[in-house]
Amino acid sequence: MYTFSSKLKTFSFVLMILGALGMGYGFFTAPKTTDDVKEMVHSSAESHEAAADAHGTAEHATAEMSSEEEHAHLEHALHQAQNRPWSAFFISAFFFLMISVTVLVFYAMQWAAQAGWSIVLFRVMEAITAYILPGSILLFIFLLASGLHFNHMYVWMSPEAANDPILQEKSWWLNTSGWMIRGFIYLLAYNFFRWILRKNSIALDASGDIKIYKSTFNYSVVFLVIFAVFELFMSFDWLMSLDPHWYSQLYSFYVFASMLVSGITVIAIVTIYLRAKGFLPFVNSSHIHDLAVYMFGFSIFWAYFFFDQFMLQWYANIPEEAAYFHPRLLGTYQPLFIGMIILNFVFPFLILMDKDFKKTPWFVITAGVILLIGHFIDVYQLISPATVGNNWSFGIPEIASLFFFLGLFIFVIFNALTKASLHAKGNPFMKESEIYHYS
Amino acid sequence: MSNKVIQAMYDDDDVLLNAVKETREADYHIEEVFTPFPVHGLDKAMGLKGTRIAITSFIYGVIGFFFAIWMMDYMMIIDWPQDIGGKPNFSYAENMPAFVPIMFELTVFFAAHLMVITFYMRSKLWPFQEASNPDPRTTDDKFVMEVSLDGDEQKMSDFLKKTGAIELKVAEKS
Repeated sequence: MYTFSSKLKTFSFVLMILGALGMGYGFFTAPKTTDDVKEMVHSSAESHEAAADAHGTAEHATAEMSSEEEHAHLEHALHQAQNRPWSAFFISAFFFLMISVTVLVFYAMQWAAQAGWSIVLFRVMEAITAYILPGSILLFIFLLASGLHFNHMYVWMSPEAANDPILQEKSWWLNTSGWMIRGFIYLLAYNFFRWILRKNSIALDASGDIKIYKSTFNYSVVFLVIFAVFELFMSFDWLMSLDPHWYSQLYSFYVFASMLVSGITVIAIVTIYLRAKGFLPFVNSSHIHDLAVYMFGFSIFWAYFFFDQFMLQWYANIPEEAAYFHPRLLGTYQPLFIGMIILNFVFPFLILMDKDFKKTPWFVITAGVILLIGHFIDVYQLISPATVGNNWSFGIPEIASLFFFLGLFIFVIFNALTKASLHAKGNPFMKESEIYHYS
Repeated sequence: MSNKVIQAMYDDDDVLLNAVKETREADYHIEEVFTPFPVHGLDKAMGLKGTRIAITSFIYGVIGFFFAIWMMDYMMIIDWPQDIGGKPNFSYAENMPAFVPIMFELTVFFAAHLMVITFYMRSKLWPFQEASNPDPRTTDDKFVMEVSLDGDEQKMSDFLKKTGAIELKVAEKS
């Protein structure tokens, strides 16, 4: 049995409180009227001009505008500034929720494949998926707030969308009520399967009944199929519709790859932490090695999807597609866009290539932290260009949201670890997993 | 020091594996083991060092990667710039994404082919090389362990018989 160390508990509470305060500050200080924005613009005229140059679309420097244009421009800038705390909230909420959802997917994959090596890690994975419930509640609050026009995150929800023929054609899918219902169904499905898989796993410990094993296998297979479909539409709804004119068929796989590698990284980090504390004596270096192999493999998988999506649209250079990559590749997001390729692909590729490095815990932790930072930046650059525009920064709202969700994440998963024995003794493959040895 | 070896033949891979372990424990020197298929764990039992082919593979991959960078620069930028899809043809950096597939392919190509060639050279498997296995039956279903003859021949033969050898032969090793 794991006992939640009070140090870690205090740490998670400090993160949550700091984060909540910072988020409150972010919402409180967001500009209310166009006059506030005007003031902001004048106080940072130079940086604004640079941003306006980089925008490249319909935006011009304020000086050249007629008063009507100026008003529309200010309105736009106001919406972007008001979006900032929401955007920060959404980035962190989505990042941590998807980590735990993809851990559930990874867990279901182990069941569906009847894998032998990973049984010793099952309780760690189950604990990480415990975050799905609080995570989805918080994310649903965001969805509600967006649907009720508390923010301007989704352009296609605004009244101006009625004048846009492209958005009108897409409105059979992109309409607020359908979007909300779908969002609810996705989250409900993830929570249901998490609940049933965890319940079965605990029941299997108590009875060792092979019937429970078989039913868990069936639920896992059904979940994987449902997730594959839901993840596709979830990425369209929540992320791709931030840029509603742009589309990419690879997008969902790209998001999935990014989050799956983050999820596996979190499994590895939590496992190494618990093992160092002596709670997982049955986990050997071969299990760590295999987790690191997955981190390595899925980093390359991510890079593959990233490049596939990018290269075709870069090469074709069609205006409606290039508009998505312009702020990222050539605009103000360039350092994030290029930097994340280095963090998410080049570093793990070189660090985790060697077999002995994959067995060294601190190496895996280092690579894991780099990967998590990189994929957080990835989610940031997926969302921010459409919501806060070119004047992005990483200030109090962003750091506070990250702190709050990280604190909550740590608290929930380590609290869940105390709820059941870390040794899933009911699983018939337990022995195979314990003696697992990679030559 | 004689160059004589005893060739002990076995007809089962598990028996062979145990024989290899026992022979090494008895301080005899195993020259070579001939098997018709890879026997799992045999390299460890024989005490062979881990392969270094992964390192050569990495080096070859790096060579291929830089070769691709140089090759595309020479072909597409320096020697014969072409207007493809309106992309600027005078700047390597602005054309780089188009060259990534070639970098990838040549990295894999160099790593794979040079690694195979290295493996053949290291195993002395070049064209017209004659087979070096002592008995043609080792390509079918028998296993031969070559132990260098050291000391009392009779004692060694008895020992090898005891490990499960079905046939013993003393041969001169060139």
